[in-house]
Amino acid sequence: MIAPAMLKGVWAYRGFVKGSVKREFQSKYRNSLLGAAWTVLNPLAMILVYTVVFAQVMKNRMPGSDSTFSYSIYLCAGVLTWGLFAEIVNRAKDVFLDNANLIKKVNFPRICLPLIVVLSAGVNFAIIFGLFTAFLILSGNFPGLVFLGLVPVMAILVLFAIGLGMVLGVLNVFFRDVGQLFGIVLQFWFWFTPIVYPMATLPERVKVLMTLNPMASLIAACQGVLVEGRWPQWTALLPTFLIALALCALGLLLFRGHAGEMVDEL
Amino acid sequence: MGSIQVKNLGKAYKRYSSQWARLAEWIAPGKKKHHDLKWVLQDIDIDIKPGESVGLIGVNGAGKSTLLKLITGTSQPTVGSVSTQGRIAALLELGMGFHPDFTGRQNVLMSGQLIGMTAGEITALMPEIEAFADIGEYIDQPVRVYSSGMQVRLAFSVATAMRPDILIVDEALAVGDVFFQQKCYERIRGFCESGTTLLFVSHSMGTVYSLCDRAILLAEGRVALDASPREVIDLYNAQLLQRQAKGSAKVTVIDSDEAGNVGSFSSDGVAICVVELFKDGEAVSAVASESLVTVKIRVRFNHDYRDPHIGFQIRNARGEAAFMTNTYCMNRTIGAVRRGEEIVAEFAFHIGLAEGEYTITSGVAEGGAGEGEFNQTLARSQDARAFTIVRNMDAILWSGFYNLNPTCTLHRQQEEQTVS
Repeated sequence: MIAPAMLKGVWAYRGFVKGSVKREFQSKYRNSLLGAAWTVLNPLAMILVYTVVFAQVMKNRMPGSDSTFSYSIYLCAGVLTWGLFAEIVNRAKDVFLDNANLIKKVNFPRICLPLIVVLSAGVNFAIIFGLFTAFLILSGNFPGLVFLGLVPVMAILVLFAIGLGMVLGVLNVFFRDVGQLFGIVLQFWFWFTPIVYPMATLPERVKVLMTLNPMASLIAACQGVLVEGRWPQWTALLPTFLIALALCALGLLLFRGHAGEMVDEL
Repeated sequence: MGSIQVKNLGKAYKRYSSQWARLAEWIAPGKKKHHDLKWVLQDIDIDIKPGESVGLIGVNGAGKSTLLKLITGTSQPTVGSVSTQGRIAALLELGMGFHPDFTGRQNVLMSGQLIGMTAGEITALMPEIEAFADIGEYIDQPVRVYSSGMQVRLAFSVATAMRPDILIVDEALAVGDVFFQQKCYERIRGFCESGTTLLFVSHSMGTVYSLCDRAILLAEGRVALDASPREVIDLYNAQLLQRQAKGSAKVTVIDSDEAGNVGSFSSDGVAICVVELFKDGEAVSAVASESLVTVKIRVRFNHDYRDPHIGFQIRNARGEAAFMTNTYCMNRTIGAVRRGEEIVAEFAFHIGLAEGEYTITSGVAEGGAGEGEFNQTLARSQDARAFTIVRNMDAILWSGFYNLNPTCTLHRQQEEQTVS
């Protein structure tokens, strides 16, 4: 599927990719006093709000657990991984528009751009998730070896995100409505995925619907690992993995078919 | 290395009547087309050999920038093919896709990486890039605070930090000041001497004359002429003249014996009968430099004119104007002329030109205005007379364009500078 020439092009421009990721990280916090701290403060504030609102005010407890922490960990497991997904898709859908200036003037492998998006989002995620892991270890909630189960789960999540992001990114160049529409879709999607509330609280009929949501099984796997110390159910992840592969293939196909036309449209 | 082959190239943009038409084309089954093709380039065949310097000229919208984009590969051709050999450095429009929020230094790094340099190479070249761009401490400021001139300085410095096999420049340099332009041209000339292939878009014909040994005129998306700069620029100027004339007169755009050279221009009202160079009362075709000569132009008027003026231009073998003036610019008035009248204008001067082949072009215009502008060009006889300048054995030895005949006084400074 992926032409060797494409990979070769990316390899030749690895310096550019590395440099771009670095610059992007730096520029995000340029002219800010707290710098990289904001990477942490934003999701931290979100987790705090949810913990206070749902665990304290609404007396929402994890089924079968009394610890206040367990809900926070549940929340983090979902919010942080969803955050990675949302960041990749959101950035990827605008990546060609944002870099129009570059695309129109310099000839380079365009496929580097989505790669930069994934790597940048990965860096941000690594920081916040590293802190979260440190918190787990310190508070004695670290699940042990099961933690490694997250690696394939995150790999599928990234694959799914970038596949979707590429498809949207190419479409967005020709139909700007796509970007607007997806912003709304993402809001609904977040609340339609058991992130803030546990799956168990849902009525049976909705639970069946949940199997149609590719993100639900991914987030559930993360929550399983981090809250209950349970290995992911690989069979439940298989449909999402296949969808992710299909989206990546479609994304590449769209990209290769329209890369030339894209420049004329920007 | 450094060659460019363009074969049967065409570029069309798709035009949809609305976004809905585009959507229909994307999702509707079948291959029904919902767009029109707007061709901006068609049937382009260009073969540029390594080391050639080619100027690309044409009016706005002729397709010059599109062609460059196709050659650099930023844009894809609709039909035909482009192939290039060697490393290309391209300066398209303003800047090189600089990111406004990053500092100049970071952008240099990014641009360098984009044209295939490693971080190490760029770091090594950084002092040189900084020195050439000469923008001082702005190098560490975000690019958004740069003036357009500074952006071009930096972009040019990065793009040319390493000698490319092919250098493509799109009018970008017009933004820089004259000192920077000179510096750039010097660098470009140096590259060309070391074998870089140059493809250059400019509206400044003087630059095309001095940099290029071949020129291509694009008109309405096609190659109108691919020849020496002189032939191409003559045709370009003739076409510009034709546009201004709006069909009321005949401009020669194809070389033919009876209508005069390319760029000639005639109307029923005025005929330029004779253009000659005289020395000592005799028509000559070769004179020694610094001789006192007279350019004699005889014009017959077939209509009444209120304020006609007669002028001439001397061009060298490359087609560059060495000198031009006219009666209006010299504050002389012919006055109203009647139908049937003939006027002879004589311009006398010491012709201190360098050795070589020259031509005289003569023109007649009506109604002087402003600084050497005319309301209407009546006639123009392109390269009406050719002549040769030979070396004047009595004169000093000199080189350049024109003998300025300097006087020279020498003093020996005795008192102040005995001890240093």
